[in-house]
Amino acid sequence: MKGWQRSDGRKGIRNVVVVAYLVECAHHVAREIAAVDREGAHVIGFPGCYPNEYAQKMMERLCTHPNVGAALIVSLGCESFNRFQLDQVVAASGRPVKTLVIQNTGGTRSTIGAGRDWVAEQIAALARAPTVPMAVSELIVGTVCGGSDGTSGITGNPAAGIAFDKLVAAGAACIFEETGELIGCEGIMADRAATPELAAELRASVAKAARYYATLGYGSFASGNADGGLTTIEEKSLGAYMKSGQSPISGLIKPGDIPPKGGLYLMDVVPDGEVRFGFPNISDNAEIVEMMASGAHCTLFVTGRGSVVGSAISPVIKIAANPHMYARLTEDMDVNAGRILEGSASLEQVGQEIFDLVLASASGQQTKSEALGHQEFILTYKTFEPIGPSCLPV
Amino acid sequence: MLTDPRLLLLSPGDTVFVLRDQIEPGETVWVEGIAVSFAEHLGLGHKIARLAVPQGGQVIKYGAPIGRATQAIAAGDHVHLHNLRSDYTPTYALEGKA
Repeated sequence: MKGWQRSDGRKGIRNVVVVAYLVECAHHVAREIAAVDREGAHVIGFPGCYPNEYAQKMMERLCTHPNVGAALIVSLGCESFNRFQLDQVVAASGRPVKTLVIQNTGGTRSTIGAGRDWVAEQIAALARAPTVPMAVSELIVGTVCGGSDGTSGITGNPAAGIAFDKLVAAGAACIFEETGELIGCEGIMADRAATPELAAELRASVAKAARYYATLGYGSFASGNADGGLTTIEEKSLGAYMKSGQSPISGLIKPGDIPPKGGLYLMDVVPDGEVRFGFPNISDNAEIVEMMASGAHCTLFVTGRGSVVGSAISPVIKIAANPHMYARLTEDMDVNAGRILEGSASLEQVGQEIFDLVLASASGQQTKSEALGHQEFILTYKTFEPIGPSCLPV
Repeated sequence: MLTDPRLLLLSPGDTVFVLRDQIEPGETVWVEGIAVSFAEHLGLGHKIARLAVPQGGQVIKYGAPIGRATQAIAAGDHVHLHNLRSDYTPTYALEGKA
């Protein structure tokens, strides 16, 4: 594998320009700027006009993600997002950065023109950037599941778990989540914690999720989950939990915290404090965005009903859990874990296939969603307290 | 005891089987020696009771509880929203078919 060396020591498996809008009012201009080269320029952004520490941290992490080589910041001008700080953080990382303020640049057309010129220069420069050797142990890989059904927890999720075990054994950092979809698994999960203090933190994170969702009145459970044979949140959780594999759990992180070393990490995605801004992650891409903010180079996405999404910045590897869905949506799926149900492949074989695909993707091979141009992105309001002292490995 | 090969047992103590393939309406399905059939189509991933569970009793899958029976469940029953509820948050499902 080869990667692009960044000044903080991390390496990227892609080298894209991000075009980052700081309020929905600047979204159209950002999209038009990136439209000239959608493979080279990816749009990310935050839609809100009110300030939010979490969104600021996420955007800073994403604009300095190892897969990002340069950042164009697009501001309307009057929003509350701290564009000065974002620009400084990107500049301090050694990346080329430019901020365009639409209200100071003559409006829509002139900002699009200026933005396109700058992005084209950066893409040309990044194409000439040298690569360096990269080891599996330098990878961070996330996993999510979406559009789950009764097959997810017996094929795709445990196969992803086997791939995770192989990655962790090779020294990589692997991140699983969503604490709202681990309700009912807190006991068995805590038994895998590296220390008793971490076990208590893992239990507390799931208890927080259970309280949060109880207040909202809905679990992290969509109607399609029930069509696919899942009945309760704890049943969905047990299936989702299989993605974590068998490795000991090294740490608990929150979105934007970067794993300090290899191992398996749980990401606590449920906000701290009172329920304030609504559902923690309003759709699957919100989870992928948080994985990326914690440095994930790529994300394994297990789906039973058949999600078609990809992501800006980082490749998404889509694992079909259900063989009938795979037959319908083959063009969107990278792996057919449904073969396990049909008896034509073992969990181990599919786990190895996923592991191999992570390495191929990290070496530059496009995933299905990348080739189809999927670059979904969503970021909404949240509030977090910092993680506790026993959450990270020493 | 005869069990249809489409029924998958995930963990030895489970009270339910998981369907590894679909079942058509009216088809005879063997569940540990009991012959049953269903009025509706059951898609893969759905659950069929292996053991009886009284009302209020826990339904076990993956060797872990996945909720409680809202009515008595007999071996061979389809186990889903009509007879199983969460111990945590209620399940939301759309009514009707497109």
